[in-house]
Parts: sequence; C-alpha cells; structure tokens
Amino acid sequence: MSSSITGRSELDAEPSGDGASTGRLGDRIFSGLSVGSGAVVVILILLVAVFLISQAVPALIDNKANFLTDRVWEVNAGSLRFGIPDLLYVTVISSIVAMIIAVPIAIAVALFLTQYAPKRLATPLGYLVDLLAAVPSIIYGLWGLRILAPYVKPVQTFLADYFGWIPFFSPPASTGTVFLASIVLAIMILPIVTALSREVFDQTPLTHKEGALALGATKWEMIRTAVLPFGAGGVVSAAMLGLGRALGETIAVTIIVSTNPGLFRVSLFSGGETFASKIANNAGEFDTPLKAGAFIAVGLVLFVLTFVVNAAARVIIERRKAFIE
Amino acid sequence: MDRPSRSREIKNVIATVLMWTAFLIAIIPLVWILWTVISKGSNLLLHADWWVNSQRGITNRRVGGGAYHAIIGTLLQALVCAVIAVPIAVFTAIYLVEYGRGRFARVVSFMVDILTGIPSIVAALFIYAVWVTTLGLDRVGFSVSLALVLLMIPVVVRSTEEMLKLVPNELREASYALGVPKWKTISRIVLPTAFSGIITGILLGLARVMGETAPLLVLGPYSKSINTDLFSGFMAALPTMINQDRSEALDPAINRVWAAALTLIILVMVLNIAGRLIARLSKVSK
Repeated sequence: MSSSITGRSELDAEPSGDGASTGRLGDRIFSGLSVGSGAVVVILILLVAVFLISQAVPALIDNKANFLTDRVWEVNAGSLRFGIPDLLYVTVISSIVAMIIAVPIAIAVALFLTQYAPKRLATPLGYLVDLLAAVPSIIYGLWGLRILAPYVKPVQTFLADYFGWIPFFSPPASTGTVFLASIVLAIMILPIVTALSREVFDQTPLTHKEGALALGATKWEMIRTAVLPFGAGGVVSAAMLGLGRALGETIAVTIIVSTNPGLFRVSLFSGGETFASKIANNAGEFDTPLKAGAFIAVGLVLFVLTFVVNAAARVIIERRKAFIE
Repeated sequence: MDRPSRSREIKNVIATVLMWTAFLIAIIPLVWILWTVISKGSNLLLHADWWVNSQRGITNRRVGGGAYHAIIGTLLQALVCAVIAVPIAVFTAIYLVEYGRGRFARVVSFMVDILTGIPSIVAALFIYAVWVTTLGLDRVGFSVSLALVLLMIPVVVRSTEEMLKLVPNELREASYALGVPKWKTISRIVLPTAFSGIITGILLGLARVMGETAPLLVLGPYSKSINTDLFSGFMAALPTMINQDRSEALDPAINRVWAAALTLIILVMVLNIAGRLIARLSKVSK
C-alpha cells in the first residue's frame, strides 16, 4: 500500500477530515468543490443583505417621511413618503394570532401522534399532517377567500357583536379580514410546528415516562410531568419557526386580506397589508430604482425580522442539545 | 392497588378526547381543500385540450384553451432551478458531513437554516435587485429560476445531509483501509448509499419551488402564450395563471382557475409523495 494514504498512522484516527485525504488531485478538487459550495451558501446570504441594503438606502435617504414611525405610504415618481408602522402591526398581529391558534393544536396533534396513536398508524397519520405543508400557498389563499370565508363570517359577527368592546374585535367585520388570514396562516404553519414537536416528544427518555407510569400516574399525568417539560424547549423553537413562516407568507395573505384604503384600525376584522403583501401588491410597479427601493426597504425589514426569529429558534435548539448530551 | 381518583381519571379521559379531536381538526383543512380543488377543477382536466393548448386568444368569457403554456413554464423553470441548485446543495451537504470541522462548518450550517427560513418574496427581491436593477436585464424565466434556487438549496441540503449521516462509518473506514482516496470513497460508496435521500430532497425541493408564487409576481409576469425561451419574453406558470384570474366572477374564468389549481396540486403532490416513498424504501433506514 502506498505510504501517502494517511498522514497519521494511529488505528483510531478519524476517517474523515484531513487524515483521510491523500493529497491527490481528485481529493483536492473534491474538497475544494465541497468547501466552495458551503462558501456559496454563506456568500448568498451575505449578498442578499448587501444588495437589499444597497438599494433600500437611496430610497430611505430620499424618504421625506420617517420610515419607522410615520403612517403614510405615497410612493410616486417625484416624492417618496413611506413608513411601515401599519405594515408592521398587521404583519405581527396576523402572525401572532396564527400562532395562538396553531401552536396548541400542533402540540396536541404531536402528542397524539407520539403518545396516543397506534404505533403502526403513527407514521402514515403523521404524513397526512405533513401533507398540509405541501399545498402551495396560492391555493390556500384561493380556498381561504372563496370557500372558507363564508364559514368564518358568522364567527366574526358573533365576536364583533358580543366582544366588540375589545379593540381587537371591534366591528364592522368585512370579508377579507386579518382574522381570516390568521386562520389560514395557522393552518399553513400547523404542519411545521407539529413535525418539530413530534421529533422532540419522540425523544423523551423512556425511563422518564415509565417511571411516571410506575408511580401510578395516568397517561395524561405522565405526559404532563415527563413529556411536556422535556419537550418545552423544542416546542418553543418549533413555534418560532412557525412564526417565521407566518411572517413571511406572501400570496395567501395578498389574496385574502382586502387592501382597503380606509382608516387604519386595530381591529382584527379590518383589511390591511403585511410587509410581504405590500410588496406583492405593488410588484408590477417597480418603475424606477427609487420606487423599487422603497419596497426593497420593506423587504429588508422582513429579511431582518425572519433572520432574527430563525436565529433565535436555532439558538434554543442548540442550547437544548447541549443540555441533553 | 387503588385506581386513580375520579377527578384524575376524568382529566385523563378529557385529555385523550382532546388529542384525538386535535388530530381530526388538523386533517379537516387538508381533506376540505383537496375535495374543493378536485371537485371544482377536475372536469376541465379531463379534456385533452387542457393539456396541449395555451390561453392565447381566450378572454374571460370564452370557454376553452388549456394550461400547456403554464405547465411547460412551471416545469422548465423548476428544472433549470434544480440544475443549478442540486450540485451546490449536494456538495454543501458533503462538506457538512464529510469535511466540515470547526467554526466554518457551524457558520455554513447556520446559514442553511437561515436560507430555510428566508421568505420567498425576499429571495425574489434579492434577484430583482441583482438581475434587473444592477445588471439591467429583463425579467425572464431564468430570473425566476434564480430566485427559486435560493429556495430549493436548503431543502436538498438538509435531506442529503440526513442521509449522508446515516451511512455507517464502517463503510467509509473499510474503504479508507483499502486505500481508496477520500473523494472516491465519497463519490463511489457514500453517495450511492445515500442516493435515495438525495432524490427525496430533490423531489421535495421541486415540489416546493413549483408552488411558489412570490418570485413569479416580482420576476415572471404572466403571458397567455406558449414561451419556452427562458431568456426572452414573459413565461407563463401555473401559479401566475391562477393568480391572473383569481378575482374573476365569470364562470369560464373561475373554472379555469380551479382547474389550474388542481393541475398544480397534482404536480406538487405527486412529487411530494414520490419523494417520501423513495425515502421509505431506501437502503439505509433510521
């Protein structure tokens, strides 16, 4: 055997890493391609940030209104006055309501699939829930507005009539509301939160579960004391990834929520635009770089928002892993 | 041994009922949506016309025409996206599993996660900023594919990575012990063993990008005619065909919208199910 195969001769040297490299041309090309591809991924994200910033800044400088506090949106060739508080509110409130609806159901479904469902059925049934994620978002928007809306309307009327004193539920309730969009968003993020929660609940140590049962706990008590505390961090992380998805969802929200130019309302039963739907609604009007720049500035805010949420979710998972191992 | 007290037993039963109910609640939207799309869209799909004609010359009032232009557009854009995205993604996964040690590998893995979470509209704006504003090029099918690349890469990376990690280390060690160089070990032994995971990732990635509308809104305006040139002119795609007539009230247009939706769902579901099936039948199991 050639002596150039391994630099080290210890029997338990790691097979991967540079110890396995022979230094031959094939190895150098291959490892170059691999490292290069990894670098491409990193550079892509950096480029996204760079390009978005570089084209948002001229528009932001030209902006006669305050981007963060002024509630106005006039983007014409001559004058730029745009601010995002309304967009921020609709984006955040729709996503949070979606999470309020989706996360408890997702936890329950994940518990069902891991603790209650017959073992052989758990995988196929879980796959059915995963299929929800496969439906394209434009179809969610179409279905939401045309098919689901008539069923949601009575719920909205009920809430507006009896709980209208709460600002979120104040009437009048129209058809294309933030509330309807939140429900559809909840359905869209359900599979993500469920899948990750399933993974976490599956990893509950058997000793914890059996110990609880041996001490006389009912199944629910076992779940409450052994499975849920163990999986709490993972569930939070899953919820945050769902939040990220909801914040960035574009076409479903664009189709469902009516963009009435009326007065802005805090109510869930009004129309409005999110960051994503604002961009989508105006995608055909990027005439000048400055005009496009205003919308790119909105996109930049969305990018930063989802970046932070995803990074936080990942940090939580990493901390949890360190705790377990 | 005493049985649990009444109240504890009741809580247990309530919990069980809630869990089963939650699952049913989760399934209802899926069944409902599929039922809606199938029942409203299927009659147009049964005509041969739908699969070979475009919408050229068809107005909202007229029945007729087909979705060929949109189907071919979706397929072409996704194919070109895959050609670019898959090599980058596979080699990134190879880097993360076979080569990566230390800080750069952690950064790469983190960035893949960020890519997973990037909204499609942001990816579209990025490509717009590069392709249209900076390079001054027209919005063509290829620019859509570029935006889709950012969305496909993370799916393929994660799926490939999972499979590569499952390949037993003994295989690699045996190969190195026989004197096989690292690159041959990876390409001739590890990759073929993990092949099903790569295919799964590709199919799931294709399913995802075919359903994306935001990049099309920004970079791929709709056209009623057939256009297979990715570098010139507007190219139709299924999501924009749906989007075009989504607010229509006239029956011929609405029927076409649902039929296009059904076509899209069939395409996406077939890819999704095929991807999962291949994963289950793979040589290396969890």
